[in-house]
Amino acid sequence: MAELLIELFSEEIPARMQARAAADLEKDLASRLTDQGLAFTDARTYVTPRRIAVVFDGVPERQEDVREEKRGPRVGAPEKALEGFLKGNGVAKDQLEERDTGKGVFYFAVVETKGRDTREILPALLTDAIEAFGWPKSMRWATHGFRWVRPLRSILCLFDGKKVDGALSLGDAEIPFGDTTEGHRFLAPGRFQVTSFADYAEKLRAAKVVLDPAERRALIQDGAAALAADKGLLLKADPGLLTEVTGLVEWPVPLLGTIDAAFMDVPPEVLTTSMREHQKYFALETADGRLAPHFVVVANMETADNGATILAGNEKVLRARLSDAKFFWDQDRAQALETRLGALDVITFHEKLGTLREKVERVRLLARGLAEATGADPVKADRAAELAKADLTTGMVGEFPELQGLMGRYYALNDGQDPDVADAIADHYAPQGPSDACPSKPVSVAVALADKLDTLVGFFAIDEKPTGSRDPFALRRAALGIIRLMVENGVRLSLATAIENAWDKLDITGKAARDKVTGEVIAFIGDRLKVAMRDKGVRHDLIAAVMSQGGVDDLVLVLKRVDALQAFLAGEAGANLLTAYKRAANILRIEGEKTPDAMGAALAPGLFDQDEEKALGRALAEARGEIAAALEEEDFSGAMSIFAGLRSPVDAFFDEVKVNADEAVIRANRLALLSELVRTMQQIAEFSVIEG
Amino acid sequence: MAAPNRATEGTKLPRAETCFQSLILKLQTYWASKGCVIVQPYDLEVGAGTFHPATTLRALGPDSHWNCAYVQPSRRPTDGRYGENPNRLQHYYQFQVLMKPSPPDIQDLYLGSLKAIGIDPMEHDIRFVEDDWESPTLGAWGLGWEVWCDGMEVTQFTYFQQVGGIECDPVPAELTYGLERLATYIQGVDSIFDLDWNGVEGPASKSYRDIYHQAEREFSAFNFEHATTEKLFDHFKDAEAECAMLIDQRLALPAYDQCMKASHLFNLLDARGVISVQERAAYIGRVRNLAKACCEIWVETSAEGAA
Repeated sequence: MAELLIELFSEEIPARMQARAAADLEKDLASRLTDQGLAFTDARTYVTPRRIAVVFDGVPERQEDVREEKRGPRVGAPEKALEGFLKGNGVAKDQLEERDTGKGVFYFAVVETKGRDTREILPALLTDAIEAFGWPKSMRWATHGFRWVRPLRSILCLFDGKKVDGALSLGDAEIPFGDTTEGHRFLAPGRFQVTSFADYAEKLRAAKVVLDPAERRALIQDGAAALAADKGLLLKADPGLLTEVTGLVEWPVPLLGTIDAAFMDVPPEVLTTSMREHQKYFALETADGRLAPHFVVVANMETADNGATILAGNEKVLRARLSDAKFFWDQDRAQALETRLGALDVITFHEKLGTLREKVERVRLLARGLAEATGADPVKADRAAELAKADLTTGMVGEFPELQGLMGRYYALNDGQDPDVADAIADHYAPQGPSDACPSKPVSVAVALADKLDTLVGFFAIDEKPTGSRDPFALRRAALGIIRLMVENGVRLSLATAIENAWDKLDITGKAARDKVTGEVIAFIGDRLKVAMRDKGVRHDLIAAVMSQGGVDDLVLVLKRVDALQAFLAGEAGANLLTAYKRAANILRIEGEKTPDAMGAALAPGLFDQDEEKALGRALAEARGEIAAALEEEDFSGAMSIFAGLRSPVDAFFDEVKVNADEAVIRANRLALLSELVRTMQQIAEFSVIEG
Repeated sequence: MAAPNRATEGTKLPRAETCFQSLILKLQTYWASKGCVIVQPYDLEVGAGTFHPATTLRALGPDSHWNCAYVQPSRRPTDGRYGENPNRLQHYYQFQVLMKPSPPDIQDLYLGSLKAIGIDPMEHDIRFVEDDWESPTLGAWGLGWEVWCDGMEVTQFTYFQQVGGIECDPVPAELTYGLERLATYIQGVDSIFDLDWNGVEGPASKSYRDIYHQAEREFSAFNFEHATTEKLFDHFKDAEAECAMLIDQRLALPAYDQCMKASHLFNLLDARGVISVQERAAYIGRVRNLAKACCEIWVETSAEGAA
């Protein structure tokens, strides 16, 4: 058993690709080793901007020998067949054995394959793995045909402490395997030799490289937090940035910088966006959550002046960035949002769906229409919708597109707009996904819903629907947004009506028919609802069962019903009635095929013959009205308990009554009774799509 | 008059060593010493140093080796700010290096150039941060980084993969230095206009403002307000037609001149705000078609010349 250490050393690997690449490489090498019968005891991977290192412990020094018995041609077969068999297995004729298999006498050979040395297997195994490795984006360099994420510079391959002989072909050149690597680009130039993983990690540390990303991450987090604490501040948690910065440094050196006071009246979101997106700085906060005039930059360097020059440079860059931002902030506020609407006339929303201005006008009408259902002031909803996109023409949003909406709020407040209107401008893009905060203020909800309905219905109307993984207009996200806005705020409205309203507002040529679009959009939202509720343990078939009934397209109601139904089906009565439904539906289907004429007779209680059918008929007649009343009042658990009361008459009916009575009229009447049972149950849900 | 600058505050070097023109001279000297042909700026309006035929065309073609370096005045009409923004110009300088095939030590060669202009990597934080480069008008793309010095992007570093839609083989490495930005850093000033251009004391001292401020004001007015759009549209069509004609004549270099003109005319139209979003993509596509045709003809005709 021995240790295998592999390091692929390259020019700087994009931070966002590092973790995945390391994991993929480990997985791929592990399966190649296992395929070769080289089971190992442990595997670990490390990655820095310039290297991926994989270490396997307990790798056998050689493969096991394999003994295999092989059947050859029939005794007496042509010489040629026998020759081929001998040659193919590397055996001589006198080593063969003749054996009667019951189906004739055949030659048998025992073929022994000697296990190979691991050291002998490794070169091809490693080069195959490297050649097959898939980067999200790869490139060629110099004169070589070989592709890697950035130029691959050296390969270290150490087995049992000794270099493995081999080389990777680049096409017109090769990279020989070696037992050396490099440390930090500036702090420890030059190559050094290593003899084991422990030696490798230790020498790298001495050469100013922290190999383990988890350790670098902790050093950054703790170092930045300590710098913040020195100033009585807190580090603003930002795991995404932490991961990225971890992938940008081999030797993290956090430094505390100062934001020029002149910029502190610019909105904090602008400051943090500029610092985070462009400069990869961490923002700091005061104890009461306000943005502090400091930041933490993580350098990859130790300098004689303890980072003073580096810090001064970073502060200078930030000044330049923020003076741009401040310029936009001052300039944008000089012009009221309202006066920017004309500029939306020349921005295309989509070639077939008109300009952004046209979209805004549609969303205004929709938001007004949704005001009642969302409890919003229609005038405010209209105003917010009108101004919602105006900030897209500001200098700040041009520079920082991710601040759309948010800047609109600042500018609206600056113009003296109502705070509800301003908030709705900021909120109307939300929620952007399952974990994004969902707006809850009525005006915000109305505008957010209107904007998404217009987008979703518009793209369906021009037949730009998502296919497979392609969803260029983020329509799945829009549908999920509609679901969350309605469900989380208890917004009661008919989807069909809302969709039809959105369709009516589309003044475009060549839009698909209203009914088609409405049906497709409801089905699409229904599918997203199933996906969204799956994590909450809601059964997708129950959503389908409730939604497939005509008329129930109010998502709040759908989920209430599904909840009640799910609870009901989990109980004994529910399971039993589901079985009864399937039985009834089955009988109706089979008998309907046999005697179509006997179907659809009006139920005639006078033709009831047995007590059990009388009882069921009575129970159904009562239950039907009571269930309808309970449903009307949205008392779903009430409806379910009435429904549960049907269990014993239904059971008794199936136990005692023969549907296929000899007398045709009685048979037809019993079939009518089963139809009545099915119809009664369908008041609750479409049981035919329920699984189980 | 040069503005009182802080050139000597941020660095120990004398003014003559950090002035704008010395930066260009040092980069030229450095890259000449690494075997680069020092080409002169191209005499047409271009949006970036990459457009120079010494890069666009020479990245392709039969030469197994082509190393060059040059300064290139570049124009981006939409970036004009009438000389009022300290960091934005519609006319600025790029220093461009192209080495084909990319040398194995190109990163070290690059770091050597920083040292040559007074940025010692031992005193700064130099980082290679992912940045993929693409020029939709040239049909070109590559992978590489933006190089950061203390958080400031100072160079675009790209391994060209395609130019004019043609695979690069061998692959060149392209370095593009933003000279004004580098200079503000080296001189320790916050505004490009405060840059010391010629590094002398006294009345002969000239700042970037002395040399270019009026041009920024006037060209911003031209780009945004006064360029006659009908004429620009006509000129664009003329350049496009001329380019196509020259391609038919298999005259790659004159054809490519017309392609560069078309590209700049498009940029002017863009600055005048008369190109809508959909049209924009269509115009870029038209320039790209010209660029591709020029590159294809160049590959053919330069190979014939070499034979």
